[in-house]
Amino acid sequence: MTGSARPPTTATNDSTDPAGSVTMASTGFPELDALLPRLAAVPALEAAALEAEQVAVLGRKSGLLTAALKSLSSLPVDERKRFGAAVNQLKGQFEAAFAARAEALEAERRRREAAGLDLTMPGRRRWVGAEHPVTRVVDEIVGIFRELGFAVATGPEVETEWYNFLALNFPADHPAMDMHDTLYLDTPPAEGEPGGRLLLRTHTSPVQIRTLLAGPPPVRVVIPGMVYRNDAIDASHLPAFSQIEGLAVDEGISFVDLKATLTHFARRFFSPATRSRFRPSFFPFTEPSAEMDVECQLCHGRGCPACKGTGWMEILGCGMVHPAVLENCKLDSERYTGWAFGMGPHRIALLRYGVPDIRLLLGGDMRFLEQVGRPGGTDTGGVDA
Amino acid sequence: MNISLRWLEDFLRRELDPADVTGRLAMLGAPVDAVEPLHRDLSEIVVGLVEDVRPHPNADRLRVTSVNDGTERRLAVVCGAPNVTAGKKYPFARVGATVPHGKGGVPMKLEKARLRGEVSEGMLCSARELGLGQEHDGILELDTDAAPGTPLPAALPLADYRLVVDVTPNRPDLLGHKGMARELSASYGTPFRLPQIPGAAGIDVPHARREGAAGSAGRLRVTIEDPQSCPRFHAAVIRGARVGPAPEWLRRRLESVGVRSINNVVDATNYVMFELNQPMHAYDLALLRGGSLVVRRARAGERLVTLDGVERPLTPDMVAIADAEGVIGLAGVMGGAGTEVSDATRDILLEAAWWDPGRTRRARRALNLSTEASHRFERGIDLWGGDAAMRRCIELVLATAGGELAEPPLDLWPTPTHPPRIFLRPARVTQLLGVELPWHELERHLVAVGATVVSKPEDGRIAVDVPGWRPDLQREIDLIEEVARLHGYDSFPAELRPFRLGTRADAPEEAIAASLRRRLAAEGFYEVVSLPLGGDHAADSVRLLNPLATDEAWLRRRLLPGLVRLVEANWANHVADVRLFEIGTAFTDAGAGRRPAEERRVAAVLTGRREPAHWSGTGEARFDIWDLKGRLEAAVALAIPEAEVQVEGQALVVRDGEGRVVGQGGPLSADAPPWAAPLFGFELLVDSAPRRPAPFTPLPTTPSSERVLALLLPEGVHAQQVETVLRRAAGALLERVDVESDYRGAELPAGTRSVAFRLTFRAPDRTLRDSEVDEAESRLLATVAEELGIQRRDAASRDGG
Repeated sequence: MTGSARPPTTATNDSTDPAGSVTMASTGFPELDALLPRLAAVPALEAAALEAEQVAVLGRKSGLLTAALKSLSSLPVDERKRFGAAVNQLKGQFEAAFAARAEALEAERRRREAAGLDLTMPGRRRWVGAEHPVTRVVDEIVGIFRELGFAVATGPEVETEWYNFLALNFPADHPAMDMHDTLYLDTPPAEGEPGGRLLLRTHTSPVQIRTLLAGPPPVRVVIPGMVYRNDAIDASHLPAFSQIEGLAVDEGISFVDLKATLTHFARRFFSPATRSRFRPSFFPFTEPSAEMDVECQLCHGRGCPACKGTGWMEILGCGMVHPAVLENCKLDSERYTGWAFGMGPHRIALLRYGVPDIRLLLGGDMRFLEQVGRPGGTDTGGVDA
Repeated sequence: MNISLRWLEDFLRRELDPADVTGRLAMLGAPVDAVEPLHRDLSEIVVGLVEDVRPHPNADRLRVTSVNDGTERRLAVVCGAPNVTAGKKYPFARVGATVPHGKGGVPMKLEKARLRGEVSEGMLCSARELGLGQEHDGILELDTDAAPGTPLPAALPLADYRLVVDVTPNRPDLLGHKGMARELSASYGTPFRLPQIPGAAGIDVPHARREGAAGSAGRLRVTIEDPQSCPRFHAAVIRGARVGPAPEWLRRRLESVGVRSINNVVDATNYVMFELNQPMHAYDLALLRGGSLVVRRARAGERLVTLDGVERPLTPDMVAIADAEGVIGLAGVMGGAGTEVSDATRDILLEAAWWDPGRTRRARRALNLSTEASHRFERGIDLWGGDAAMRRCIELVLATAGGELAEPPLDLWPTPTHPPRIFLRPARVTQLLGVELPWHELERHLVAVGATVVSKPEDGRIAVDVPGWRPDLQREIDLIEEVARLHGYDSFPAELRPFRLGTRADAPEEAIAASLRRRLAAEGFYEVVSLPLGGDHAADSVRLLNPLATDEAWLRRRLLPGLVRLVEANWANHVADVRLFEIGTAFTDAGAGRRPAEERRVAAVLTGRREPAHWSGTGEARFDIWDLKGRLEAAVALAIPEAEVQVEGQALVVRDGEGRVVGQGGPLSADAPPWAAPLFGFELLVDSAPRRPAPFTPLPTTPSSERVLALLLPEGVHAQQVETVLRRAAGALLERVDVESDYRGAELPAGTRSVAFRLTFRAPDRTLRDSEVDEAESRLLATVAEELGIQRRDAASRDGG
């Protein structure tokens, strides 16, 4: 080992200072002065000797200074005061010297240890957890819409037919209902309940109704939450999954605002160059209605099995709020217009993380959660540290 | 909906590229889920003319033919088919060509062969070998003018693409080829018209005779008794038809939309349905009893054997077609087997009716019997289109089955109506779409989808007579959607325009949940999102009326049991270190007529090592109850700050300010493998009340004094009790109490343990004197001795601890 490998040892010199600088002055009491050489010797003691010396000088039962203090009562009053002060001063000096020496020895020990370390050995880690991929998708979506002045609204998961269907302009006994295979509760509705049967909401849109009924526009909200469908579980279906909707209602809101906001969203969520398109579609509660596609995130528009060769992936449904919905919420549909969208964070999480089976999102497999929970997700191959 | 590209080509009279059509339909709102090539594998098969047939010298069943394949040379082909006839044309596969369905149904490449000594230079093919049908008794006789050597797809209308189109429920018109053709006509800007029916030249079907609720067709008395369910009913009688196989073109057409050919008459009705979107029905007139046909509600107890051979019970909520003796058809859903057209049928009654969508839907749901017809009636067909459909169907039957139309078709229409007229204000279009579109463009788009428009610039609006096949066009907004759709959604700009901020406040529970998630993730937990449905239930569980499976029949009332299942699944994967949490909704029954209580809850489980294993030896310790308790306390502080963790027996119970239990935690029992570490978990209510930040407390400016009290706690006395007494007895000067150690040892008095409390005293405005602290210490010792029977552990034994 060469001298140059050793770090400078200033710490040792510094730490002896407080003890060294004042020790050698006489206390004026010979029995105390007799201890001064032992004080001066402290900086040279090795670990075992240091411990023994500490007990010998400061020990609670038989330490020299303890004994000196015990003898105090036999002294005359004026002497007692001076002697007591001197003992205490000397005690402080010993304590400081012991502490400084102990620190120096510890630093020396660490330095010796460090010089022999194999730093290629693995570091010590902590457990890290993570929010669920679906939560992260929801948070990201909410974050983008917050930038655009939207607030978060929530509502109950058990709803009545009125909030879930009728207020949203679903005609009774219409095939549009087939798009919403509904789970009903085995709880009879209350006497005279105008809302009809109790059900598990099939979309978060009932919260649109609740939000619009709560007061006049302008309204800009995003609504995350669980929704339910009477679907059998398979690789792409769950009977309960997350949805997030957005709603903007005010004077002067048009289809152009819808397109602009959602196009902006797609660029923020996917990448600034992401292309998107709007296709006509049908939802009872919006008109005109649209589906929004973004270019396939796997093939970037070239066409692949995931996008069935179209180059596009459907990510959300949207449209102008149907005037009948505004009217059901006691709003003047000639004065106010609005737009709304809805999308499925479960589905988007599958896209984003390249997960082939939605059931993986349902489970609690630590191996899966650790993998998708890494900072940056699976695409970076990063390791938590 | 299956759409034949060739059928559309016949409407538009131009070639269509499947990719181009797919793109256009998507942008018109009818996305194509799949494009399936039909008979594209027949391009190597040609028309072959058999010029000569002679016996095979070595085999009784084989013949040697001479085939003209359009080339100079005549090819010798050995053929085993009994129907091979000189002078007729058959599909011919040359040597080197691939027969799509050879031996075993797989593609077979033909080679020159010798069959019982005779050379064979190709193969005459049966329908089955080409995938054109099941017939394999003989080779497929071609009725074509095409010259020998013409590729088969060019000679027959075979090669096609089937587009599987996703038609939204608001567009019943797109369930027929004519409707699709109309959309594409608007998109391409080219006209369209009904294709000619082969063999129908010269057939001229007269228009219908309009009657009220009753009229006659042939010798049959037809009556509508339930005009609400059936506002319009067309009937026609054709006599002397010859029911039999449908001609090749009709079979191919139905095959292209995925429908099996039955016979010429049934195929004619299906053809009209797929072309004009009017479901039709054909009865064997001879099988109708009593000379009457009545549209009425079914009667309780009536039953009908439907065409699929199943006997079905009917209810008075369903509409039936009945003869004098009973029900013969279920309106809008399926006809009856008893009056089915068969090869023996000579006289036919054709029906084209309009059935109430809601009633049709309820009937098919009640019977769980969804048909092509019910699918269309549910969505609403064209009330004004029945006559044209009936005449088209008659034309088809006369052309393919012969017979004679006895008299003009009957049209029962008790209350004639006009299609609705609605008004479109161009200013409203601008308001909603954000772009001003010129009047002439608005008119052009509406005319393109079949509306009749009358502009009224003086009152700023356009009067629009909506076509009958568009029941979705009911109010102005529906017209605005049409305009936007045909203008093209892509043509609207995506420019961010100024907006006003919303006036709704953020829902606090989302922010609270987010803070819990961040905290638990930082503590090493992974979040899960599980199904709120399950099979476990208790007395106050909420049950579903129509679950798909019994293990999804109940709403969860707690999250923790689900997390335990997930831990067990991890153990099954030999994963020992599991830390999971969930934030979700739990439901409890609130009694009949009341919404169930919905609570947002948080739960967490942990088992395994406290930290990852490390070569230095750290990370061997396993999670214990203290890890659980610390995390529970941290979660309580975020989830329900007014609550506190209390000890009740061996359980940790969280109670809110009013003493209600809002959570609990502790060790959990589970189906654990022997190597598993202990499992702990907690579950807690999340209070959604908005949080206020804790106010600032000035930092201390005076020194503190600390004392350590080692106390001997008898059995049954808890540290928390001691702390409570200490705090109360010490008063304001006691700043904090920390537990330093918990020691048990033989040298302690029997039945006690030594717990050391570090007490921190401070006065905010002055330095405490030792005597004050000494005095406080003595007072505390006296109080715990008096109230809890606790002694201080003496100095001598403390050193030993």
